[in-house]
Amino acid sequence: MSNDVAILGVGMHKWGKWGKNFVEYGVKACLDALKDAGIEWTDVDFVSGADTVRNGYPGYVAGATFAQALGWTGARVASSYAACASGATGMNAARAQILAGMADVALVIGADTTPKGFLAPTSGDRPDDPDWLRFRLLGAANPTYFGLYARRRMELYGATEKDFAKVKVKNAAHGFKNSYARYNKKFTEEEVLNSPMVSDPLRLFEICATSDGAAAVVLTSMDFARKHTANPIKIAAISTVTPTYPNTVIEMPNFATDSSAVVGLPDAPFRDSIAKAAYEEAGLGPEDLDLAEVYDLSSALELDWYENIGLCKEGEAERLLNDGETTMGGRVPVNPSGGLACFGEAVPAQAISQVCELTWQLRGAAGERQVKGAKVGLTVNQGLFGHGSSVIVTK
Amino acid sequence: MTATTEAKARVPAMEGWFSIDENQPHLIGTQCTSCKSYFFPKETFFCRNPRCSGDEFDEVELSRTGKIWSYTTNHYQPPAPYMAPDPFVPYTIAAVALDIEGMVVLGQVASGVDPDELSSGMEVELVVEKLYEDDENEFMVWKWRPIAASSQPNTPPKGDN
Ligand SMILES: [Zn+2]
Repeated sequence: MSNDVAILGVGMHKWGKWGKNFVEYGVKACLDALKDAGIEWTDVDFVSGADTVRNGYPGYVAGATFAQALGWTGARVASSYAACASGATGMNAARAQILAGMADVALVIGADTTPKGFLAPTSGDRPDDPDWLRFRLLGAANPTYFGLYARRRMELYGATEKDFAKVKVKNAAHGFKNSYARYNKKFTEEEVLNSPMVSDPLRLFEICATSDGAAAVVLTSMDFARKHTANPIKIAAISTVTPTYPNTVIEMPNFATDSSAVVGLPDAPFRDSIAKAAYEEAGLGPEDLDLAEVYDLSSALELDWYENIGLCKEGEAERLLNDGETTMGGRVPVNPSGGLACFGEAVPAQAISQVCELTWQLRGAAGERQVKGAKVGLTVNQGLFGHGSSVIVTK
Repeated sequence: MTATTEAKARVPAMEGWFSIDENQPHLIGTQCTSCKSYFFPKETFFCRNPRCSGDEFDEVELSRTGKIWSYTTNHYQPPAPYMAPDPFVPYTIAAVALDIEGMVVLGQVASGVDPDELSSGMEVELVVEKLYEDDENEFMVWKWRPIAASSQPNTPPKGDN
């Protein structure tokens, strides 16, 4: 168990769309996390920032930006960018410092202010950048890729539009009373199925919005944590794996997969390998999970994740959903926070917010969305350009 | 508009990614001379197979037919740099598995194809169509078209493969 670090404090700023400076959201989340941990900012040895690339230079050096905003203390600093996985990379950087004995107390922070509408590539003519080219040559915004995955489920496993709508209905009900979520609104299947088509078969209410928001965690050594609390919540694994060649599933922002013509198919697709690495690190398996927070960029993608994290076999996710196993009260509730369906995506904050939710759940402090007796939780997510992100949290 | 449209030059929207031959257009990729892995877009300086350190590549034409892996129709105008027609017209994108290369390649589906008639596993072939235009040029891009749909009146002639 020497590889555990403690989650001593967590804090979030409500998700929304206010257009304020991202630093303001982030400072609020940091102060909440420090207070929750029962420590002072001046106790922090290491600041780990998850970057935002849509807020100029301060966003590229998020760690230092927040260190300055909270008041320079001489703390060591690092900033990470891994797209949607930036938060996991930031937490992993902090964990490595703690496990190496180079820091006792680390503050990990991600915050974002997002533009309206689809996430668009950085402006200017950049024909060397696949993220620019996919918009130019294909018109392939992010929902295009979600639409491809969703259609694939329909063609392969007989998934229906109704199944996808049910995911949204479930998550909206889960997050209905989450005060940190941007959307506190219940949906009916009819409302979802009557919303405008975006990337067929996915509709407007099934594709996650982009949001402003911030989340922070205070990670410490187990020894430090035990001085503050009898039973610290622990991080048992952080997976930040990259794909294994050949990556044979088409992914944002690529035009093509790798070729399997010579080397053959990989042992496991990339999305399966993300959680697999986390399970191996923690010495746990999917059967140990009490709950999971998965990255529902689209309603249908949540179903892919059920299979990717081993909750069921390939092609069985719709059955799992329809049997209520992933709904509150079911065998393994998925996205008790409400997920991206209720939050919208605040890129650098999202993976950290997933860990905040698991921490509250494992403390038994999740209020009306409490998963009874939760002892082990897993987060999973994937960042553009080959970034895996999965965290296992235990009591 | 009529006279000048006729005179416009047809140029690839992305130089070197595909041949613009009306009858037998191909995507142009590369193949590592050491391990024979294929790459699209072209890899030119170091092989991405982690167990190969090849640094020489042959330019190769990729298979111009394949099977649909999945597809989706975009009903909303994506942001720039997509050059959307005004008014916006929904378009379909297909992910197509190429047998020989063992890879899946994205492309828009040729205009005039009803997405309701697509299905996974369906055979498609590569065609070249206009993506957008300016005063002087028509910018062309590769697209996928069901082979069964090749008898449509506005399609250019094709070989008998
Ligand atoms: Zn090679």
